[in-house]
Amino acid sequence: MTAIELQQYLDFGYIAAVVLFILSLKWLSSPARARWGVLAGEIGAAIAVTATLFNPELVQYKWIVISLIIGAGVGIPLGMVKMTAVPQRTALSHAFGAASAAMIGIAEYYVGTSHLTRFEMGEIGLEVIIGSLTFTGSLIAAGKLQEILPQRPIVYRGQNLVSLSILGAALALAIALVIHPGHTALFPFMVAVALIFGVMLVTPIGGADMPTVISLLNSYAGFSAALLGFVLNSKVLVVAGALDGSSGFVLSVIMCKAMNRSFTNVLFGAFGQVQPSAAKHEEARPVRSATAEEAASILTAANKVVVVPGYGMAVAQAQHKVRELYDALTKLGIDVRFAIHPVAGRMPGHMNVLLAEADVPYDHLIEMDEINGDFAQTDVALIIGANDVTNPAARTDTGSPIYGMPILDVDKARTVMVIKRSMSPGFAGIDNPLYYLDKTLMLFGDAKSFVSNILREVAGGHG
Amino acid sequence: MPADFISNLYVFILAGFVGFELIKRVSPLLHTPLMSLTNALDAIVVVAAIIITGRHETHLTLVLGAVAVAASFCNMVGGFFITDRMLRMFKTGRPKK
Repeated sequence: MTAIELQQYLDFGYIAAVVLFILSLKWLSSPARARWGVLAGEIGAAIAVTATLFNPELVQYKWIVISLIIGAGVGIPLGMVKMTAVPQRTALSHAFGAASAAMIGIAEYYVGTSHLTRFEMGEIGLEVIIGSLTFTGSLIAAGKLQEILPQRPIVYRGQNLVSLSILGAALALAIALVIHPGHTALFPFMVAVALIFGVMLVTPIGGADMPTVISLLNSYAGFSAALLGFVLNSKVLVVAGALDGSSGFVLSVIMCKAMNRSFTNVLFGAFGQVQPSAAKHEEARPVRSATAEEAASILTAANKVVVVPGYGMAVAQAQHKVRELYDALTKLGIDVRFAIHPVAGRMPGHMNVLLAEADVPYDHLIEMDEINGDFAQTDVALIIGANDVTNPAARTDTGSPIYGMPILDVDKARTVMVIKRSMSPGFAGIDNPLYYLDKTLMLFGDAKSFVSNILREVAGGHG
Repeated sequence: MPADFISNLYVFILAGFVGFELIKRVSPLLHTPLMSLTNALDAIVVVAAIIITGRHETHLTLVLGAVAVAASFCNMVGGFFITDRMLRMFKTGRPKK
């Protein structure tokens, strides 16, 4: 077999991989077939990797094998993390993906320094800049999600100007390299400046905006892989990168819509930075609070209950207790469903995986648009660790920073119960008028222990 | 502009549209596994990393390539693994008691 023939066989392997990748995403559209999608992706990836190992350009295998073993050794434990840690794991994997793309671009630059055309230099420059900034940006996001770094936005005066100047500097260095390919000493500076920009890009973004940011970083990681495909003239990378990039992009758009904000606002608007109305009325307005016993008697007297989970449920690790409450109430013949806001939690779909892990059947997890019409017929809306996504000010108060954001219409339910640690507003710092309504009962305490207490009362009264 | 660039651009645009249409149809229920799955697919950059490492042109490219192989293979293995774990958790109907 000649080298050209071999190359053609390898290309067929890559084409098969691409077909399987597309099927993989197609099958993910329904939970029933979704696992086939994973299998298709796995087979596609295995074919592509195996084909690559037959590439005649390879002169040594030792380091390939060692690196593959190390990669699998790190990857398996990272695949076994708890569902509450999935957002930071995802951010970390965006960092890894972007870092690989950037490193391959850098290696490609040093291999080809002497004979790169200007066009190729431009491609490599752009690819390495996007890969590098996504790498550090994702690391910062992972640090915030893991709470190694503070989750609140870190802001200072003139921040956007500084950040944009840094991005401008990285692009200017890339352009300089295109014009003067001989100035190879500029290349490491370009990489360093792009790495710094990634840090500056994500540091000012608060925890509540993480679903959008993580989707955007997803998109960048995908597009850097696609660009790498252009650099290396590898169609399989172009396709996989385009799929990943468009997926991240679609998710970012969905997240932005769910917060009624634009990309630029998320990236450059540092949520919680401007709070004109929040600090003003400090006077203590009266709220009604209730004990677990009272909450249990109201819940057991209800016919329809909607639970609204939020990030607070994840923080308190309350999802298993919530499922026990769901079981107990369902056994009493009460219709219990869960209302899922698209940006609840720290990444797209976060609440769904947490509740699915706790064995809540997925047909009881209802999207916002589907369940909003049902709140008027709901006896009790039980809010566990969610805040801004239930804030009626988003509908009425034009001065509120979240004005216009689509919310769950919990205030239409007959009774609203809110499990919350204290009256202090969330770190977005936005006051929630829902808490002062006559129909609202505040249940002060830790989500997990309060749900356990309600559960004990429910079991005690009817066990 | 090189001819390769144009053909890659065709592929990119078509794949982007396919991706867009497919992702739109994924239920929000599965957005988290979607992200981990696309991450695992994106880890196909491992093939480029393998070639850079295997060519062993300079020590620098060997090190960069080997680290990239480890990082992307980690994403590939971990990404498929956690996606499957998540999807196994999604069950319909009442949990057995």
